[in-house]
Amino acid sequence: MAENSTVVAAGRPADERLQKQSGLRKLLSRPELGAIAGTVLVFLFFGATAHGTGMFAADGIMNWITVTAQLTIIATGAALLMVGGEFDLSVGSMIGFAGMMIAIPTVYFGWPVWASVVFAFCGALLIGFLNGLIVVRTRLPSFIVTLASLYILRGMTIALSILFANRTIVSGVKNFAGDSIVVPLFSGKAFQGLFVWMANAGIIGKLPNGQPSVQGIPAVVIWAFVIALIGHIVLTRTRFGNWIFGAGGDANAARNVGVPVARVKITLFMVTAFCATVYATCQVMEFGSAAADRGVLKEFEAIIAAVIGGCLLTGGYGSVVGAFFGALIFGVVQMGILFTGAPNDWFQVFLGLMLLTAVLFNSYIRRRATGER
Amino acid sequence: MSEATNPSAATPLIEVRDLVKHFGPVVALNGVSMKVRPGEVLCLLGDNGAGKSTLIKTLSGVHKPTSGTFLVDGRPVSFSTPRDALDAGIATVYQDLAMVPLTSIARNFFMGREPMRGVGPFKFLDLAFAERVAREEMKKIGIDVRDPSQAVGTLSGGERQCVAIARAVYFGAKVLILDEPTSALGVAQTSMVLKYVHQVRARGLGVIFITHNVRHAYAVGNTFTVLNRGRTLGTYEKAAIGIEELQNLMAGDKELQLLSDDLGGMV
Repeated sequence: MAENSTVVAAGRPADERLQKQSGLRKLLSRPELGAIAGTVLVFLFFGATAHGTGMFAADGIMNWITVTAQLTIIATGAALLMVGGEFDLSVGSMIGFAGMMIAIPTVYFGWPVWASVVFAFCGALLIGFLNGLIVVRTRLPSFIVTLASLYILRGMTIALSILFANRTIVSGVKNFAGDSIVVPLFSGKAFQGLFVWMANAGIIGKLPNGQPSVQGIPAVVIWAFVIALIGHIVLTRTRFGNWIFGAGGDANAARNVGVPVARVKITLFMVTAFCATVYATCQVMEFGSAAADRGVLKEFEAIIAAVIGGCLLTGGYGSVVGAFFGALIFGVVQMGILFTGAPNDWFQVFLGLMLLTAVLFNSYIRRRATGER
Repeated sequence: MSEATNPSAATPLIEVRDLVKHFGPVVALNGVSMKVRPGEVLCLLGDNGAGKSTLIKTLSGVHKPTSGTFLVDGRPVSFSTPRDALDAGIATVYQDLAMVPLTSIARNFFMGREPMRGVGPFKFLDLAFAERVAREEMKKIGIDVRDPSQAVGTLSGGERQCVAIARAVYFGAKVLILDEPTSALGVAQTSMVLKYVHQVRARGLGVIFITHNVRHAYAVGNTFTVLNRGRTLGTYEKAAIGIEELQNLMAGDKELQLLSDDLGGMV
């Protein structure tokens, strides 16, 4: 039996049509490679053009890191969902709606702010669950289902805001929040002592009043870091992560070997809703208000970051690390254009070109990875 | 390992009697009987619409039979999900729905049954173990995978079928159901898969081999069950039937035989 078992190819000479794969070629098949290369290019570009504008001073750095962090939060959810083979176009509307779910109960029902935040998270998870349930039950494309949610949620956000506040912004959350733990949790600044020390030591600049130019690391950055790290570990190192690849790569094949595809997809829709709510909570706590237009177009920014980061639109391939670099490119370019004083109107042109390049690059990489011709 | 269990003596691994399956007004199976014993390759032959797909989906737990007897190891069973069938040792390898092409060989090999390492809530995939096992198991069947982290899409169709079969065997399948494993393959790859089926049989597994290619069936089969219009036309031992007869039986109607004669017997 043993000697019988190797008859097929053992000792077969190496197929001369198969080129030896170099380490470089193997590196090329990693999903985040394109985004890392793009990040290097973007830094080189702004390193040269934005030199001396303050973009790379402490406060400038914190500026684009914050933009990157905000996008990383929702891009992580979007990337996981895209690897799982689905889209969520309702992320932006979810941000607006979650803001209202926090602000309205706090301001108009007299709820303690922590209760409103818990309520918003529960509400968002429920909406994510419904999105997912409709997609897996009806087998409609998630593009259409979540496009509907995009309009429903945005419409409800505006309508509820008008109903309660008689305008499209619900403000005054800060007055009600008081010294609740929720405020520093979502809008505080961490490691303040460290930054005071760095200012005193002359590592970073000081403001005229003697305060350090950067007071601390904003909570949103910490949230982004934690969410991206967990997302990365879950995707690459857990059973659930393996199921995400299976569900997105070939749902039938995954189902045939016992992967609960429907459960995986519904969970991922809940994850994107969760990420949107973290984003919304940070904004509400920072500004003290919820506005009906918060998060407009954020769903596309999240998808763009995920795609630049190597996620395939067809699912089954991608990474959270890539999505982070996608968000970083986004943040650096958006802020870099501000710092260099280039006309801001060109940002979207750049973004579109970047997206197109990323998609072309990704499809090339995929053909490489799968040996498809 | 090679002491071939006498096929006729052992209890059948799977036996169905008078299996009937209706989909609303459509009668897909109308009394099918078959059995497969350890160390036996049962070939299920039949033209399109004969009920082969419905039968294997019933055996693998996708469909529930409307009526009839379904025994595994001599005991009556009723599966409600494919998972139940897998747990009972019945593994099905579908023609092109077996693998996730963009995912690595190792991850595919353990898809749905991931090896974990760690303590309490901190359990993580043991990728090193997965890659080692995938590589070893592939080596056993003569496919030298240099890098188990490469995507399954880089493998040929025959190799993919072999990975799927190796996976089922590794996870302790007693019965393998192969759904047209050779229909999309070239000559060399077909022989790779057929050889492997032969090895699996020699290890004492039961194999149900679905095909409409009589030559492929005849190459590996011990027993042949022919289906037509949802019924069993008959079951034949290899010694009792020739390849020509089998072909005629499967074709079932005169027209094809006439056509076959016109074309010089080449159909």
